[in-house]
Amino acid sequence: MMTKTLFPRVSRLCAALVLSAGMSMSVLADTQAPDALVKSVTDDVVTIVRQDKAIQSGDTRKAVELVETRVLPNFDFAHMTRLAVGKDWKQATPEQKTALTQEFKTLLVRTYSNALTQYKNQQIDYKPFKGKPEDTDVVVRTEVRQPGAKPVQLDYALERQGDAWKVYDVMVAGVSLVTNYRETFAQEVRNGGIDGLLKSLRDKNKQLESQVAAKK
Amino acid sequence: MNHIHPTAARYRSLLAPLALSLGLAACASPGGHPQDPLEPMNRATFRFNDTVDTYALRPVAQVYAEAPLPVRTGVANFFGNIRDVWTGVNNVLQGKPLDGVSDFGRVLVNSTIGMLGVFDVATDMGLEKHDEDLGQTLAVWGVGDGPYLVLPFLGPSTVRDSVALIGDWSADPVGYVEDIPTRNSLRALRIVNARAGLLGADEAANQAALDKYEYFRSFYLQYRRNQVYDGQPPRIKDPDDEAGLDDAPETPSAALKLDAQPLAASVAPVENPQ
Repeated sequence: MMTKTLFPRVSRLCAALVLSAGMSMSVLADTQAPDALVKSVTDDVVTIVRQDKAIQSGDTRKAVELVETRVLPNFDFAHMTRLAVGKDWKQATPEQKTALTQEFKTLLVRTYSNALTQYKNQQIDYKPFKGKPEDTDVVVRTEVRQPGAKPVQLDYALERQGDAWKVYDVMVAGVSLVTNYRETFAQEVRNGGIDGLLKSLRDKNKQLESQVAAKK
Repeated sequence: MNHIHPTAARYRSLLAPLALSLGLAACASPGGHPQDPLEPMNRATFRFNDTVDTYALRPVAQVYAEAPLPVRTGVANFFGNIRDVWTGVNNVLQGKPLDGVSDFGRVLVNSTIGMLGVFDVATDMGLEKHDEDLGQTLAVWGVGDGPYLVLPFLGPSTVRDSVALIGDWSADPVGYVEDIPTRNSLRALRIVNARAGLLGADEAANQAALDKYEYFRSFYLQYRRNQVYDGQPPRIKDPDDEAGLDDAPETPSAALKLDAQPLAASVAPVENPQ
């Protein structure tokens, strides 16, 4: 990630230059396409879960570990948090932004990891990818098929950052897991400001943590 | 791009009065969700439903989920086949006659070769299953959601979808089964089967939600919008989501985001009286 220096404007300009140079270079360097990225990460995770008896029997900690090493590097949590917080994001201090991102990340990772422990023998279908090479913001569509149940649409929104693609939203059955928080977050900010929202997120994470501990 | 379905414009004038009345009822209460003026009542119903679910429906669904997979698949297919008739009718009403014909073809194939719908042979033959109902048809015709409404026992809905439910029910073949015990058993089985399909998802939602009521409300409204657009709703690019607000690199594609519109617009009634 680009860092801001003492001269924000200059650095912004430099960043833009580096970014555009990086992008044209990465075209030559044949970056992994967003649909290929989603497929390779999904396939990796599914293969691991299929072989891991601990995760299958509900070991959330192991699932979290897997998500943190394999999935997280491909996500942009700062962007996700910004989306979930919406217009109130502007009034947060840099420290609050960092803290919000951290807590929201913890919450999402835990929820997602728990869903992984419920994995049985679902099959992932990849829909034809409609993105163009010059796109910088795309949706990769997949479908989770499971015998005896309706297939569930699972889409990923990705954004190009330099020579890498980062996921910034996940949509289950058309429902954004990120913007689904927006109304609650806005309500929390109305009631107790940014710190109120932070507190609620911390409390929620603590509660989930103690549930995991109690399960053991 | 406009957030109203392309077919909508044709029907809008016909339905404007209905849409307007739904829209009027959706006037925002200060601070609350603009689409949920009935929030206190809805919350009470939501709590009631949650209790019914916790102590009655969910436990039954958990027992049912122990049944062998082929049995559950057969049950799901059987009810799915019955529903495909109405799905087909609604596809025709929505101006998608080819999809409708495909749905009727599914029913024909599955009711015969598929042994009264127990086997979904049609999907294997490449006839894709669709998901339509009268609420979606009204939406395509230009009727806005109207206020969010939590129905007792039935769960999240909107005024539009609740009205449409009456049509969905009157078109439900199970309702015309003469023998009352059989009819009721079929209905109960269908409900339990549907609920069993949500086991796991409900747990995930419980974990994810800070406020379960708000989480489900937002989920339902987005979910319906996705259904109305047959799984491909126009993307909403958020005006508040400005690159450069944090250290993320600038996206050079801002000009490409033609679908820019505030999030609220997608869920607001079609006819806004203000």
